Formats: sequence, C-alpha cells, structure tokens
Amino acid sequence: MSEPGFRELRLDGVGRSFGGREALAGLTLTIRKGEFIALLGPSGCGKSTALNCLAGLLPLTRGSIWRDDARLDTVPPERRGFGMVFQNYALFPHLTVRRNVAFGLQMRRVPRAETRRRVDEALRLVHLGEHAGKLPGQLSGGQQQRVAIARAVVLEPSLVLMDEPLSNLDAKLRLEMRTEIRRLHQTLGLTTVYVTHDQEEALSLADRLVVLREGRVEQIGTPEEVHGSPVSRHVADFMGYRNLLPLKAEPPAAGRVTVGGEGITMTGTPVGAIAAGDLVVAAARPEDLSIATEGVPATVEVVEYQGREVAVEARTEAGIALFLRGPTRPAPGDRIHVAVDPARLLVFPRDDP
Amino acid sequence: MTALRHRLADRGIDRHLLLLLPAAVFVVVLFIYPFFYGIGLSLQPAEGGPLGAYRRFFTDAYLRDTITTTLGLALPAALLNVLASVPIAYRMRGRYRGKRVLTTLLVLPITLGTVLTAQGLLNFLGPTGWFNRVLQSTGLTDAPVRLTNNYWGVFFSLVITGFPFAFLLVSSYLSGIDPALERAAATLGAGAVQRFRRVTLPLLAPGLATTFCLTFVLAFSVFPSAVLVGDPAGETRVISIAAYEAAYVQYDYVLASAIAVIMGVVELVVLGLVLGWRALLYTGSTAGGKG
Repeated sequence: MSEPGFRELRLDGVGRSFGGREALAGLTLTIRKGEFIALLGPSGCGKSTALNCLAGLLPLTRGSIWRDDARLDTVPPERRGFGMVFQNYALFPHLTVRRNVAFGLQMRRVPRAETRRRVDEALRLVHLGEHAGKLPGQLSGGQQQRVAIARAVVLEPSLVLMDEPLSNLDAKLRLEMRTEIRRLHQTLGLTTVYVTHDQEEALSLADRLVVLREGRVEQIGTPEEVHGSPVSRHVADFMGYRNLLPLKAEPPAAGRVTVGGEGITMTGTPVGAIAAGDLVVAAARPEDLSIATEGVPATVEVVEYQGREVAVEARTEAGIALFLRGPTRPAPGDRIHVAVDPARLLVFPRDDP
Repeated sequence: MTALRHRLADRGIDRHLLLLLPAAVFVVVLFIYPFFYGIGLSLQPAEGGPLGAYRRFFTDAYLRDTITTTLGLALPAALLNVLASVPIAYRMRGRYRGKRVLTTLLVLPITLGTVLTAQGLLNFLGPTGWFNRVLQSTGLTDAPVRLTNNYWGVFFSLVITGFPFAFLLVSSYLSGIDPALERAAATLGAGAVQRFRRVTLPLLAPGLATTFCLTFVLAFSVFPSAVLVGDPAGETRVISIAAYEAAYVQYDYVLASAIAVIMGVVELVVLGLVLGWRALLYTGSTAGGKG
C-alpha cells in the first residue's frame, strides 16, 4: 500500500479552535512536490497546530486540505501516508531500533525481505547501523532523533512532517543534525513541512518560510525575502531586527522617509503606506548599525566579545537603547555616534496589529 | 572520625536513618514476629510429628478442597476485574468534562465495605429481589434465578469490591504511557486496533500483571461475603472459613496456623507465576523519548 505521490498539497483556509480560542485562523498555502517548507513563529502562534492538522492528528474546525483533487482532511492519520517526526521523538520504548524503524513497513504489510532491506538502508542513511539491536532508552538524544527520522523516511512518504525535531538537542548536536536533515532532503527529495521557532534553523533549511503570529500568516516567502524584506514589524522582530525604535515620520520622498523623535533623526525605507506625522517603528539589525563620525549620539553601556565581532549596547540621551554589532570595540562609557544605511532601516507603521 | 562519618554519609548512612526506626519497629512487632510465631505454632501439633497439622489438612478432603474452591473464586474474579478495567480506563484517558464524577462513581464501591455490598446484593439479586421480580414480571423466567447464597453471589461481591482497585491501578498505569506514542503509530499507518495491540498493550502488560496480583490477593482472602452472600458450608467454603473454624470453633490453633501458612504459600505460588511472566516483558520507561 504505497501512497501515491502528489503534485501539490493545498491548505484552504485551514482553521482550528480550542474551546472558542482560535489557535489557527485560516491558513492558506500550497505545498509543491519536493519543497521544504518551514512554519516559523513564536510559541503559541499555531505552527504545531497546523502540523497536527496536516498529519490528521487534530480535526479541523474550518477549511479543507486537498491532495491534488482528493480531499484529505477527512482521511484518518493512518491512511494519509505521511511521515512524522515528533518533538520528543515518540519512539516505541519496548521495541528495538530495528523494529521501531520497521513498524510502518509492517503496518503496510511489506514483505519481510524487503522490510529488512529498507530498514537496513534507512539505518545506514542516519548512521545507526551498529545500534539496530538496541532499545531507544540505550541511545543518546541525537541518536534517538536519528531513529525517529529513519522511522519516518523509511516509508518514503509523500510528505514528511517535523515538529521542532531539534529543540531537545544541545547546541552542537543541533547544528550537526540540521545539516543532516538538509542533506537527507537533498538526497531523498522528500516534500517536507518543518515546524520551528528558531529563525536560523528555518532560514538555513527551508525553500520557503511561512511566518505565523497568533494563528495568522504574517508572511510567506523565500528565506531571502523574509530575511531581507520583512513585511511587518512582527516579522522583523522575529527575524533579528533587534532595534525597534518607536518614532514619528516626516513627509516621505523618493522611496525614503526620515523618522525622528526623542533626540533621534534617521533616514530609512518605508514598508507599507506611511504619511507625514504617522507613528512608526524603525527597525534595524545590530549588524546594520555602525559607529560613525556623525549620527545619533549615544553612550556605550555594555560591550560583549563574540569572537570576530563585538556586540555593543548603547543608550541615547533620551534613554533609548541601541544594539550594534561590528568589528570595532569601544569601551563602556565612550560617547559614540551611531549611523545606519537608509536601505537597511525599515520603517513600519506602528498601528498595525 | 569526621572522615568516617563522611564516608558513611556517602553511602546514605547518617542520622536521618533513625527516622526509619518507628516503621521498622512497627513491621517487626506487628508483622514479622506474628508471622514466624504462626509458622512455629503450626509445627507443634499434639500428635503426628511437626508436620502433623499439614498432613491432616491435605488428607482431609473437606479441608483440602477449600484451596480449589478459593482459587475458583479468586482467579476468575481477579481476571475479570483486570480485563474489565482495561477498556473502561482506556476510554477514560485524557481530559474531558465530567471525568471526575465518572471516576468517583466507578470507585465508590471501595467505600461501601463488604457487608453493605452483601446487603445490597441480597436485596437486588436475591430470590425476591428487584432483579428476579423484573425477570418474572417480563415473563423471561417462571422460577427465580438463584444468584445469591451460592458461588455467583460471592463472585459478584468480589467483582464489585475488586473492580475499583483494578480500575484505579490500570488508569494510573495508562496515564503513564506517553500519548504521543499512539499518535506516532497512527502516522505510521496503524489503525486503532493495531495501535492498542502493538503499542499500548505491551507497555501496559507489566502493570496489568501487578494489578492482577493485587486484586487476586484481595479476592483470595475473601471471608465476609463468602459467609453473607455465599454458601459457607458448601460451594463457597473458602480457605479463610476453614481457618476461622479451626481457630474459633474447634480451638485448634495449630491447625489454624497451618491453614494460614498454606494460604500464604498458595498466594505466593500464584504471585510467583504471574510475576515470573511479568519479568519476561519489557518493563522500562513508557515515555517516547526525552520530554
């Protein structure tokens, strides 16, 4: 019973509420065959809900899911033919690694010899061949995670769902497994939906990002689009724009807008409709602010050494904190001037929800 | 001196160990001493050498058969209690409205005690009880169905009082099994039956063995209901009745002690068999990974 592949998977206004509270409100998204999609957002944004709806583990309260022309949201999870990797791995503790990986094949009544061959292959793929006879409890966290991945991909599912699979691992292992997951995706070409709250993970793995906030889609785009041109201050906040300054706009001209207030004047690029006198949020990454001969005057408060670069927290006279990152290393108490490239300062309307 | 104290404390030996003393005294005085006193007493009959009382028990069919009578009640009752609580506890997993009320209702019989249960059974299942009156008025039977003062009366009583224990234990074992495991099995293509059989049941089985042991021990020492709703001279003459008669009717403390020891040995044999089977099962963690 091998599931047929699909050309595209369509989520049409998928919504889910829990006791009147909307966890996911109308997610519309088309997933193309072979794509790696990351659902990204802070906790409680509805990304895990979306994944569970896709897997069939949570019934929808609104909308529908389609695999090509077949309606999918009424199909029970065991008949969707998707592979899922759970946050806590959910390995069967009473079965050996081999039998964990073979579980799905046995459910599909794959002949014994073929099961054996495919399990061996999957275990080799995740470098666990020599651990096949062990119980999950005898493995380290990283190894358990690899078993969970092998168990999901051995079925060659038409879609792999991953629910924050790296969040329980330590920093070094997380980086290794990230590369491993990307490599697996490149070798097997499996369509993947990956849930994470880690923007770096999403940027490095995915072909397309879906940024969610409070159950709603904020932005869908390639990593470059979401990283370089966030559409709202919330996405900017989430994508590492650590400087979010509440200022007031002057009349925009020629694709630039000057913003000011609290003793600060800067020029940036407007995102969305901005008129003179609007309250705005000016957003910039720490690495886009630099120490210059002229600009916003500020006093250095904290200096953190971070390898090649130095992170600096400075404060203006009006008490607004500015975060910088760069090669120069000032001393706490130094008076500096902070400048920003107008193309790298994004100005968002402040009243957006 | 200080070094020695540190080394001892390292192995968990320090002044806090004294807190164990009251419990230890309690166990010795109220359990271990009477236990060995009873064994000693059972080996001192007036005639027939040290094993005389045991020989008498096993040669007298009226005494010997109490073992099979008791096992015939306790084993099926314990088995039914465990088997019935599995589907009910399984359906009652998770959180939903009214769960507490439902659990309370299921557990309530514990608080009733055997005598009240027996009273209720006599009123309900007796020859002139509601159950038989309904059967007769609907014409299903002509003569009342005999369900009390025989094997069935005691059996029902054991189920009513034993089920809450089994249900509570099975529920807590079930709640220890990570629900993500069944979800994972579902995404791997397992239907509801397969999920239960391949994932939940193997993880639950050791708990079921323990539950069976506890409800069996409770049922094996049945006494009040065997007298009140049973047939204490005939088909529900259980081993505790034989012990009671030896001690307080015939005043033969040696025989009574011997019967008590035999009771304990029979229980230990059953427990040993069940726990031996349990040792063959997977008994480790029931979580699906790091939480």
